[in-house]
Amino acid sequence: MQECNHKSVDLTLLEDTLAQYADVKGSLITILQKTQDIYGYIPIDAVYRISERTGASPAKILGVATFYSQFRFQAVGQFMVMLCKGTACYVNGAERIADAVMDELGIRDNQTTDDGLFSLSLVSCLGCCSLAPVMMINDKVYGSLTPDKARKILRDLRKEATAE
Amino acid sequence: MKARIVVGEGSCGLAAGAGEVFTALEKRLSPETDASLSITGCVGACFLEPIVDVYDGQGALHRCVHVTPENADTIVSAVETGDYSLLNEIVIQPEDESFLTKQTRIALRHCGIINPESIDDYLAADGYDALEKVLKTMSPEDVIEVIKTSGLAGRGGAGFPTWFKWNAARQSPGDEKYLICNADEGDPGAFMDRAVIESDPHNLIEGMLIGAYAIGAKEAVVYVRAEYPLAIVRLTEAIRQARERGYLGEHILGSDFCCDIRIKAGAGAFVCGEETALIESLEGNRGMPRLKPPFPAAEGYWRKPSNINNVETFANVAWIINNGGEAFAAMGTENSKGTKVFAVTGKVCRGGLVEIPMGMTLRDVIFGIAGGIRDGHEFKAVQLGGPSGGCIPAELLDTVIDYKSLSATGAIMGSGGMVVMDDTTCMVGIAKFFLDFTTKESCGKCVHCRIGTKRLGEILNRIVNGEGKEGDVELLEELCNTVKAGALCGLGQSAPNPVLTTIKYFRHEYDAHIRDHKCPAKACSALLTYSINPEACKSCGSCAKKCPVNAITGEKKKPYVIDPNICIRCGSCRNTCKFGAVDVE
Repeated sequence: MQECNHKSVDLTLLEDTLAQYADVKGSLITILQKTQDIYGYIPIDAVYRISERTGASPAKILGVATFYSQFRFQAVGQFMVMLCKGTACYVNGAERIADAVMDELGIRDNQTTDDGLFSLSLVSCLGCCSLAPVMMINDKVYGSLTPDKARKILRDLRKEATAE
Repeated sequence: MKARIVVGEGSCGLAAGAGEVFTALEKRLSPETDASLSITGCVGACFLEPIVDVYDGQGALHRCVHVTPENADTIVSAVETGDYSLLNEIVIQPEDESFLTKQTRIALRHCGIINPESIDDYLAADGYDALEKVLKTMSPEDVIEVIKTSGLAGRGGAGFPTWFKWNAARQSPGDEKYLICNADEGDPGAFMDRAVIESDPHNLIEGMLIGAYAIGAKEAVVYVRAEYPLAIVRLTEAIRQARERGYLGEHILGSDFCCDIRIKAGAGAFVCGEETALIESLEGNRGMPRLKPPFPAAEGYWRKPSNINNVETFANVAWIINNGGEAFAAMGTENSKGTKVFAVTGKVCRGGLVEIPMGMTLRDVIFGIAGGIRDGHEFKAVQLGGPSGGCIPAELLDTVIDYKSLSATGAIMGSGGMVVMDDTTCMVGIAKFFLDFTTKESCGKCVHCRIGTKRLGEILNRIVNGEGKEGDVELLEELCNTVKAGALCGLGQSAPNPVLTTIKYFRHEYDAHIRDHKCPAKACSALLTYSINPEACKSCGSCAKKCPVNAITGEKKKPYVIDPNICIRCGSCRNTCKFGAVDVE
């Protein structure tokens, strides 16, 4: 399991969600999704709070959270880079794109750069197979990538962000 | 009649820049222009995106492709002047158009034509007629009978007769029953379910309501992949509209039938495509499959009778009710009726969604509709059914597309992912790719699947790294059969298929890796050697500049040389060289 982040968070942000879903059976995944919407990840303190309010043990909650690939346990960077490793992308050379992106950012899957700018997540399919190979950065899709093109996109984003 | 400009805004279209095109058109249109601007979903011709459909005053369609924001002026000028020859440059070419005209569309019949955000558009296209017919003139048993006549089978992969599942759920005792739509399209390379939800959400709602009526469910749930945000937005809006117009909720269309639909976003787990795992996930648990029996029809969601069908299955239902079971059964083969949607991707010229009657051959689809292999390469194999399926070689291209014939090859129909590969794709590599996927996605419940896939992956890994041993192929086969026999659910039972089919049809590639330490497709980087042909080298030095590890040295007027001990086999020199002087062995 990935390590949970121990930074303290404002738990009052969670109360509306808990008021709405804590007593509705079968809502644990929904609660976790809302939690991640609020904080950007699942903070360990939130797990304890959800446990108090729903009666599910922290072990059960973490068991569910770690089962699904959607949930993260560390804060993510300003740019969330989702690199597609689907079949169509693989056939069109996604591995070389992945190497270039990891080399350019100096991080691997599920890591964040030290400057807090980029997080990388390798995902199974973004469903834009005809544009393969693709990556998605903060909801924008970049298609027909080459290693050089991918590097340039990341460099431009970094330049943009550091100029601000 | 007013001219209409319609921009295709499915996920693919938006990724290709349809949003910017729409904004440019909006900006260019003046209030005086006698034309409307709206959106539609995905017509499935992904290779032509962004697509803008222009209907002139007579209602004739001028389909513009690869549209850029700069084309907005041309399009609006054509509409304003009535001179549609202005569009000649960007209008679809006849050979590309044949991609669409050679298809038979039932599940996708409205996709890319109607506005998915407008219930009125759907109603104008005979929407909710089938629901009205069912509620006013048919008993639940009548509905099941029509579906039985149609021969509709589950489009999610297993191909189980839909009427049988509906009937079993109907016959199960109890008042509390559930209808569930599986929209957790997890097969990498398949996106037809997303297209249906994004482009024709009311069709899904109508099909689900008819199913709910047939089994006697008052509550229905759509379990959608969280990675499909646009699909969730469009479906949420469609549900709201349907409820407002009385197609959802209490006493639908004045009948005694009451049913509501809600959406549950999945959280990313391939195994949740298995119906009992999906139910566990709906209940807020880890998505691990249950023992069957009891089947969901007897004990499903909250242990109540439940019926689960896939999106594409529901997308056929309203058409079948409107046109009769016989019309659907008239298409297809002896054991597979109707049409099937395939997501054709990979190395083809024209990739996208293809809906065809069962009974066409793989060659018809890959060469006839998708235009064959691009960039002058040769067809090697087509992968059907994703991680649960297999690779079919060139000599079986005339295999007929139906459940039985495809299973006989060792592949499966699956949900309809069709990834086409050429001579640059390594078959051992593709088997390893799928094994990596299933290893990661195995829920861990059954030992054979959890550890077996891991071990299979390790063996494949050593083969692609040139460290394979004699007997590895036999070991793979033995382990594959063990995993198949020892797994509880479809994921584990089918995970070995990509390995078994590549061994069956491409054994020589395995042998080349193991015995000769060669990758025939020149794809496995560990087995490649790059060198510069001194005859062809013009000493320009561009390869040396590109080399990320400075493995290439040389000077003016002398051929450059690659140091194999430093070379990381990334291939950038080969891609850079304008003279084709870099050889790879």
